[in-house]
Amino acid sequence: MNLSAEEIAKVALLARLRIGPEELETYTDQINEIIHYVEQLQQVDVSGVEPLAHGVEVRNVFREDRRTDPLPREEALSNAPRRNHEAFLVPAVLQ
Amino acid sequence: MDPLGATISGLLDGYSSGSFSSEEAVRGFVDRVVAYNARLNALLDFDPEPALEQARAIDARRRSGEPLGPLAGVPIAIKDNICRRGEPTTCCSRMLSNYRPPFDAAVIGKLREADAILLGRLNMDEFAMGSSNETSAYGPARNPWDTDRSPGGSSGGAASAVAASLAPTALGSDTGGSIRQPAALTGTVGLKPTYGRVSRYGLVAFASSLDQIGPFGREVADVARVLSVIAGQDPRDATSVDLPVPDYLTAIESKGERPLRVGIAREFFGEGLDPEIESAVREASRIFESEGATVSKISLPNTTQAIPAYYIVAPAEASSNLARYDGTIFGHRAEDFGPKSEVEKDLPALIRMMMASRAEGFGPEVTRRIMLGTFVLSAGYADQYYVRALKVRRLIRDDYDRAFRDVDVILGPTSPVPAFKVGEKISDPLAMYLLDVYTGPANLAGIPGISLPGGLTKSGLPIGIQLQAPAFAEETLLRAARTFERATDWNTKRPTLD
Repeated sequence: MNLSAEEIAKVALLARLRIGPEELETYTDQINEIIHYVEQLQQVDVSGVEPLAHGVEVRNVFREDRRTDPLPREEALSNAPRRNHEAFLVPAVLQ
Repeated sequence: MDPLGATISGLLDGYSSGSFSSEEAVRGFVDRVVAYNARLNALLDFDPEPALEQARAIDARRRSGEPLGPLAGVPIAIKDNICRRGEPTTCCSRMLSNYRPPFDAAVIGKLREADAILLGRLNMDEFAMGSSNETSAYGPARNPWDTDRSPGGSSGGAASAVAASLAPTALGSDTGGSIRQPAALTGTVGLKPTYGRVSRYGLVAFASSLDQIGPFGREVADVARVLSVIAGQDPRDATSVDLPVPDYLTAIESKGERPLRVGIAREFFGEGLDPEIESAVREASRIFESEGATVSKISLPNTTQAIPAYYIVAPAEASSNLARYDGTIFGHRAEDFGPKSEVEKDLPALIRMMMASRAEGFGPEVTRRIMLGTFVLSAGYADQYYVRALKVRRLIRDDYDRAFRDVDVILGPTSPVPAFKVGEKISDPLAMYLLDVYTGPANLAGIPGISLPGGLTKSGLPIGIQLQAPAFAEETLLRAARTFERATDWNTKRPTLD
């Protein structure tokens, strides 16, 4: 398949990436080239094969349901791009 | 004895015999960083004082006869995607340029307990995405064998630093070959342990089902020593596995129960393999035979499907992992997020802030992979691409399971080509992806792999050979690697920088 520039722009929006018009053309070409390459997987017979999400398959891991100390507020906020003394600051969500 | 040329064993011997102190050794490495790092760009914003201070403390403890950890006074440099409390950890991305984690990665805690000396952070491809270290926001690291060439990626800084003796050992991470490929291109030893052998807690996630932390060193014993320290189950990483950690150093010098069985896959010798690397691998198989191993031909029929499967699975997981970088609670936030197009006018300010922050923070390779991953996971395409890739992934693991019924280790090339020039491949993402052809399958299957020096090309560039073993068979893997190393002197070759 071949993705159009409009489709790539839609993917960028879904991925929350702002792509300029000149970059859009380059990304469209490159992503199409990669998609064509990975399409060789369509030739492999995978009937009856279960998907494998981890090479070393993992089992359920449980821990004791016990309260532990959270990261102190000051440390949690220490990398915030914008903050006040108690919270992360972001643009208003509700207008 | 010169600490700068020493392996970890050589350093520990020097400390205990009194030939040199940890402080003298660290000072020696610091002097080399000062002399050569500007050309190599292997280490980032290097501050020697904390390392020297730590070395002095260890010397004092040694003098007073206090018990010391197994890596006491051994300098180790750390890839920039492994968190150290309060220290910059940027993944060589503008996105994390101001990030200082409020915690230590599990491996860092273990290194501190072992009294290792943390020596600077290492250049890498942005978020570990790349095979040449050229996607780093800090510019490419350089190969000390020829500074016009790449040391490989994404752990390019680690490989360059160890090859040039800026540090005796280093920690990197390997998602599709990012430890083994740069080890091959720089003539160092690089080990990717089994998935789950080493805790990923505090390793900045790229593709969670593939990522694994591992060591670089000058000889097999170096990586065995570091693995013994960093391996083991960790309650903070639910995918780390509860198995006892053997003493790998003892294991590599012990005799196996029976002669080693080495397999070579016919699929390794396809199009794109440099002829000099092919002959080095064939020579390595003769060396194994002369050391008493049996060498047999095997088949890994789905090898050619590993790269296409990898370049669906890895970007899919990356698109999900990197969704956390949206400029709200940490990482880069754009100052100006006013609407830049008709479409954006209808979006809430918060969404525009995220889009602008991500566009400014991420470089082109990361952006490309996030889009690719978002596409292969999107409604209507997930079955066709993502789920199919996971099915092929099982076929690849089944190939290994079948092969390992007959052989203990699989020998092959690490990289299809020796070190290439910086700038040579960066504009062609697909050509770059093909560099992982021999390393990616092990990540999909979760098995361990090691690259070790196996020759030099006519033009004097290192050639790496790769060994792979079944999951959790690091003892066999390292023993096999040591067998080869003992019979050759490739691991003693060093680049000249003067």
